[in-house]
Amino acid sequence: MTGLNALLALSGGLFVTGLFGVLARRTIVLQLVSLEIMLAGPALAFVAAGAHHGAVEGTAMFLLVLALAAAEVAVGLAIYLHLRRHEGGGDADATARLRG
Amino acid sequence: MSWGLAIWASALALAAAALAVTRDSVVHALLLLLAALVALGVAFFALASPFAGAIQLLIYAGAVVAVFVFVIMTVEAGPEARARERALLSGAWRWPAVVAVLAFLPMLVGLGGTADGTPGGVGAADLGLLMFGEWAVATELVSLLLIAGMIGVRALSRKGRDGE
Repeated sequence: MTGLNALLALSGGLFVTGLFGVLARRTIVLQLVSLEIMLAGPALAFVAAGAHHGAVEGTAMFLLVLALAAAEVAVGLAIYLHLRRHEGGGDADATARLRG
Repeated sequence: MSWGLAIWASALALAAAALAVTRDSVVHALLLLLAALVALGVAFFALASPFAGAIQLLIYAGAVVAVFVFVIMTVEAGPEARARERALLSGAWRWPAVVAVLAFLPMLVGLGGTADGTPGGVGAADLGLLMFGEWAVATELVSLLLIAGMIGVRALSRKGRDGE
């Protein structure tokens, strides 16, 4: 197995590890941590493929993924704090009923 | 730099991530997330992409984890909370594990057989030319996304009109 293939397999492993976390955990903060891991997998794939082809687009896509992750974690944590203040729980199941 | 170091650091990141999603303490999960992100930064440096590595360390391992640290102050972390977390996870890990394995297998299908070389370097100057030249629209869309996120956070953290 070549270097790029090993890195792509590892990035897939990171993605499914995060997917497992998002599905299995019920605490919203841990689900957000798992989402960060899910986004880190594709970021590694982009940078590895860019390095393999000597192309700068891989790093550029990594920057776009990074901005997405930053916006996602900011909004996600704000939603968590909002739910915590109004419903008093950090559990995703307790907040299945979304009402403004 | 070399593929070997990048693979080693990425394997470390995967191990830290696997531990992070199975911890019963939020603080431990966050520290393991930090370890995974720093290991990925090392992998980016090893892949001759120092700009990506520096950004990874500064923004992911720095800013994002700092935001998490502010929030976990509101999470109770006593022994009973950890026991509750462990009970939640032990009751609900099987189907997510099946889904994760089923999602992972197709990713392995196309791998194998390409020629191997040393990782090519990616310079920050070329990156700037791409992001603010050919990809300027994508960069503007990202700034729009960040502004939308900022307005959303402001709206969510605002005190309601009826004093809630």
